[in-house]
Amino acid sequence: MAVIKKKSAIKKSPKHLLGIQNLSILEAKKILSEAKFFIKLNRSKSKKLNVLRGKTQINLFFEPSTRTQSSFDLAGKRLGADVMTMNMGNSALKKGETLIDTAMTLNAMHPDLIVIRHQDSGAPNLLSQKVNCAVINAGDGRREHPTQALLDALTIINRKGKIEGLKIAICGDILHSRVARSNIYLMNMLGAEVNVIAPKTLMPSSIERLGVKAFTDMRKGLDGCDIVMMLRLQNERMQGSFLPSKREYYEYFGLTPEKLKYASKDALIMHPGPMNRGVEIDTKLADDINVSLIKEQVELGVAVRMACLKMYCK
Amino acid sequence: MKEKIFINARIIDPSQKMDEKGSVIIDANGKIKSIGSNVKNSEASPSAEIIDLKNNIIIPGLVDMKAFVGEPGYEYKENFRTLSEAALAGGVTSIVTMPNTKPIIDNVSMVDFIIRRGRDKAVVNLFPCGALTKQMEGSLMTEFGLLSAKGIVGFSDVKTTVQNTETMARIMDYASDIGVLIMQHAEDYELSKNGCINEGEISNRLGLEGISNLAEKIIIERDLTLLSKYPCRYHINQISSRESLDVIKKNKINGKKFSAGVSINNLSLNENDIGDFKTFLKLSPPLRLEDDRVALVEGIKEGLIDVIVSDHVPEDEESKRLPFAQAATGAIGIETLLPLALELYHNESLSLNKIIETLTINPAKILKINKGTLKKGSDADICVFNLDSPWVVKAEKLKSKSKNTAIENRNLQGKILMTFLNGELVFNQQ
Repeated sequence: MAVIKKKSAIKKSPKHLLGIQNLSILEAKKILSEAKFFIKLNRSKSKKLNVLRGKTQINLFFEPSTRTQSSFDLAGKRLGADVMTMNMGNSALKKGETLIDTAMTLNAMHPDLIVIRHQDSGAPNLLSQKVNCAVINAGDGRREHPTQALLDALTIINRKGKIEGLKIAICGDILHSRVARSNIYLMNMLGAEVNVIAPKTLMPSSIERLGVKAFTDMRKGLDGCDIVMMLRLQNERMQGSFLPSKREYYEYFGLTPEKLKYASKDALIMHPGPMNRGVEIDTKLADDINVSLIKEQVELGVAVRMACLKMYCK
Repeated sequence: MKEKIFINARIIDPSQKMDEKGSVIIDANGKIKSIGSNVKNSEASPSAEIIDLKNNIIIPGLVDMKAFVGEPGYEYKENFRTLSEAALAGGVTSIVTMPNTKPIIDNVSMVDFIIRRGRDKAVVNLFPCGALTKQMEGSLMTEFGLLSAKGIVGFSDVKTTVQNTETMARIMDYASDIGVLIMQHAEDYELSKNGCINEGEISNRLGLEGISNLAEKIIIERDLTLLSKYPCRYHINQISSRESLDVIKKNKINGKKFSAGVSINNLSLNENDIGDFKTFLKLSPPLRLEDDRVALVEGIKEGLIDVIVSDHVPEDEESKRLPFAQAATGAIGIETLLPLALELYHNESLSLNKIIETLTINPAKILKINKGTLKKGSDADICVFNLDSPWVVKAEKLKSKSKNTAIENRNLQGKILMTFLNGELVFNQQ
């Protein structure tokens, strides 16, 4: 009799989280549903689990970061992993070591997870080819920031119940933003309609090919939107003249109560942080707990990262 | 040297508009004695060596107008010996070498060095190109006259462009008087800086800064405008987009005299091939859309593009195993130049004659060198190839010192069998 091989019901989990582009809808939904459990845990008195006990997580940050780094740090610790954070800004690279060599060195220490942030697009992909453990992208160049998009999705689901059918505006420096790119892929994947709003010089060419509608008039772009995601004006990535002034940018692309009226009545505001108050967003609006989800995003960030760490750790 | 006679050959020599079955006789001095369908075996001396080509194709040895040899300064990437081995295995017998070595070839003593070193180490005809400006900084022109007298065939800053219009005007003005060849890399620096691939959907998805095709077009338009006033021998090293081709077409229709080249990579690959950050496909000019590739092939067919080059840029692994933005630009290609070009024949994009023309007589004419032809009396630099035999590109089997091929694992059809330099067998597949 022929032996019939049973297909395993549980799919082997994918090896790395390099970007939303490489993620299937099932994987995305699995992370999100897992994260919901961690939201409750994080709000409870005893926050510590031991699912990652004995595992080693290395946070490799080549670019300065406050919230992403602390969020991954905390997420790993709450799951019981041994977490080591390395700020690479001023160490090995300055001595001339290449990313590959750094990867090899760390790999020799047998980590189970490497969380990497790097200023070059594709650096996590390169790293993932050279190490034996799972690699999680915590932001690479202007390419992707998958955990940010996932936490944004979780925040929206938490408030609105779903993403399918929502209209989402992403506004600001689209050109330099990895958050925008990851969110475009994820929101599209989960069934939302996405508008991007930016001045011409900060709008990438052929952005429509990613499945969005592009607007340079903020009022038109916000029309009927349920979620307004504001992006930070990334001064550090801007070489040359993209804009006449911050003042002019605020006039046309800063989110004010007046412009918000063009969005849907119960529209909510998000921002990946850190904010430039008075440049891309009115300071009072940012703090208005009735419309602003900014603090919630930070809170849920930890839950999403816990879900990712658990899912990708072998 | 004994005389040689090739029999049962299909001879393709665009310089004589020849595509016929026949024989070729090489005399004892390594020159073509007679060629064509009318050649009788009795014309060769009785002691001549008879080589039966069994209907394989015989063409003039290829002239590659753009290749980088690592000497001096980058011997770990390529040297004269490895470059000539790779070239001969690809049927290339004449190479124009680029001056962006370390130190840069921008003075007479450097030319002396490279010519002497090449003569000692290389088994191929070398035609060195000199820097267009001192230290390739784009501000002061090099000694065109003195360098030409020493054997420099053309002037180029290779990867950079003279950005200052006044400087470029003076260079062209001066060059027009003494008749030297200017080989321009067309790229507006301000538009392309930091860019590493074509600007568009792929650059967006990969999060890489793009290079707009306008960066190329603007420089070509500027230079061709200057050319009206300063009619020098002007050649655009490589074009990459339909936009540039339109400018070239417009100017050629108006009767302007200049020439243009294209890299075999831009004819055979497009930006989609970059996939998941394949740094071996980081090239300059960058790979662009399929539409651009098709336009470039059309451009060759219409005679708007004169030359196909390998744009052979050997890079060691360390320079390529980096995040894409940091990785070195360029790919090797001299050994696969003809086989990859033959792909355009096999997929019915170009005629065989046209392909051979752009690889032999056209570059020779632009450079004003006596190569790329099998006319009676010329040097017997010869490539013999089989048009149909299939093979797979494997980097480790290529002869170049660096292994950064852009077409690893590509199935090609057409194989170089033998290469002769001045009548001597210098490469044999068997």
